[in-house]
Amino acid sequence: MTGAADAGAPLLEVRGVGKSYGSVSALRGVTASVAAGEVLCVLGDNGAGKSTLIKILAGAHAPTEGTLLAHGVERQFASPRDALALGIATVYQDLALVPLLPVWRNFFLGAEITVGRGPFRRLDVAAMRRATRDDLALMGITLRDVDQPIGTLSGGERQAVAIARAVHFGAGLVILDEPTSALGVSQAALVLRYIARARDRGIGIVFITHNPHHAWAVGDRFLVLRRGTSLGEFGRDEISLEALTGLMAGGAELDALGPELDRAASARDPA
Amino acid sequence: MTQAATVTERPARPGRGVALLRRPEVGAFVAAFGIFLYFSISTSAFLTPAGVATWLYSSSLFGIMAVAVALLMIGGEFDLSAGAMTGTTGLIVGIATTQWGLNIWLALVLALAAALLVGAFNAWLVTSTGLPSFIVTLATFFILQGLNLAVTKLLTGTVAIQGLGAVTGFDQARVLFGSSFPLFGMDVKISIVWWILLTGLATWVLLRTRFGNWVFAVGGQAASARQVGVPVRRVKFGLFLTTAGAAWLVGMLQLFDVSTVQATTGIGQEFVYIICAVVGGCLLTGGFGSAVGAALGALIYGMALQGIVFAQWDSNWLKAFLGGMLLLAVLVNLWVRRQAGERS
Repeated sequence: MTGAADAGAPLLEVRGVGKSYGSVSALRGVTASVAAGEVLCVLGDNGAGKSTLIKILAGAHAPTEGTLLAHGVERQFASPRDALALGIATVYQDLALVPLLPVWRNFFLGAEITVGRGPFRRLDVAAMRRATRDDLALMGITLRDVDQPIGTLSGGERQAVAIARAVHFGAGLVILDEPTSALGVSQAALVLRYIARARDRGIGIVFITHNPHHAWAVGDRFLVLRRGTSLGEFGRDEISLEALTGLMAGGAELDALGPELDRAASARDPA
Repeated sequence: MTQAATVTERPARPGRGVALLRRPEVGAFVAAFGIFLYFSISTSAFLTPAGVATWLYSSSLFGIMAVAVALLMIGGEFDLSAGAMTGTTGLIVGIATTQWGLNIWLALVLALAAALLVGAFNAWLVTSTGLPSFIVTLATFFILQGLNLAVTKLLTGTVAIQGLGAVTGFDQARVLFGSSFPLFGMDVKISIVWWILLTGLATWVLLRTRFGNWVFAVGGQAASARQVGVPVRRVKFGLFLTTAGAAWLVGMLQLFDVSTVQATTGIGQEFVYIICAVVGGCLLTGGFGSAVGAALGALIYGMALQGIVFAQWDSNWLKAFLGGMLLLAVLVNLWVRRQAGERS
């Protein structure tokens, strides 16, 4: 598929990318990379530029500055389809699932396996059930019944189905848009476990989150964004969880604000 | 399984009972069986060969439409123009053959083309404007109702078209749409065969083809379906054309059965089709239901319609019964949805 691709190169790399809308700059000078079997965490508060970065990586938006390289080759994605063709899939927060539809039908929706020709072309139900069960087992989910509506799975499991689906259809790199943010503690832990599972199978992961604890649990590299700029990309050995949290929250700013917030909180009734 | 750490938490797996109740058509099956038993025992005519043939015929006309409407409802849309359309197609054939002397086969094709055109118009309006199909097809329903009466009166001076029996080729076309054959002492009308065949075909399409999979997805969560590449617009077009085609078929079945057609044919039946589909387990919100269920819903309606006649009750009880069934069905559906449905 990518004959010129360099096998040792990162799956996806951005060098100084940015995006401006007219005179408004949403993102500037972001450099980061993610290799196979590696988790790149993108951290940032609301409005930090995370979603702009996802859209650039997913091919939904073209960057207005900088370069993007897939498998070591410079690329310009015209649409998410171009990214998908290079094995870069994005799992958005809504997961693109149909709650009342059985798990296996969701898994293969839009890319159903069929047998037969012409008017007799029909679904290969047995093959799809089997593939769904096997692929979910690889993620560490053993479903006794792939015919149950996907809405009956827990939030974490649904997230895992969406990841497994992306991987099944050829994604070597999966971009996860805040997969843990809508979940409770135990479900978020489940998702982190699935992310680790996918990473161990050699899948590259871009994990977008605003929770440094979640990032620290699975991340190999950490990209911190704030107000549309990169505060740097760090390896796991270059930064600590405390430093990461401080960086994300705006470190010094928050420290200065600390005493003030304390007083404000004690003066007011807990909301 | 291999790793204790990866065992995920999940709600208790529902027992066989709940799994069975998850099937959309189970409630309708139980109700149909109950109504069958009741009228079989309480009236003498219900279980006679002539009686069975009567309620099966009645059910078949509603059933063909109910199955098509069920597909559309699973796909998340309504078609209120379906009832009036059965009249429109019959009238087109009637007028074209008796007034203009058109060949009957050509008239059949003309009526089908007209029905498909209306279906395509419904689909086009719904998919391109995003308006609810309920309101769009309510409009086409009234347009058709008005046209059926006004145009028929304009061209023939009356509100009924008769004398189709004298048209050349009527008997040949009647083999397809208005014939009957003996079976177990019954005089089985061909529409029953159409009904069973179409229910089977619709079930196969729904459960075993890509299109069927897409119908569920489009009705269940159109945005998700679009994201994974399902051609939402094309699916909806296909469904509206299906109800239009079914309306044509039912129009022909009625026309060739009695060889006359009233300008008011089909008016008021659009809701019966929807009720049959809902009684058969279709969710009004889309994404869930079955063709067999809709066929059973129509069977319930047909049995009640004729059973009330056989029992010599006031036929007005039928409407009250229909309303009661509908209420019961939506309550059962609500419960099913809670059991099997979304958890967030």
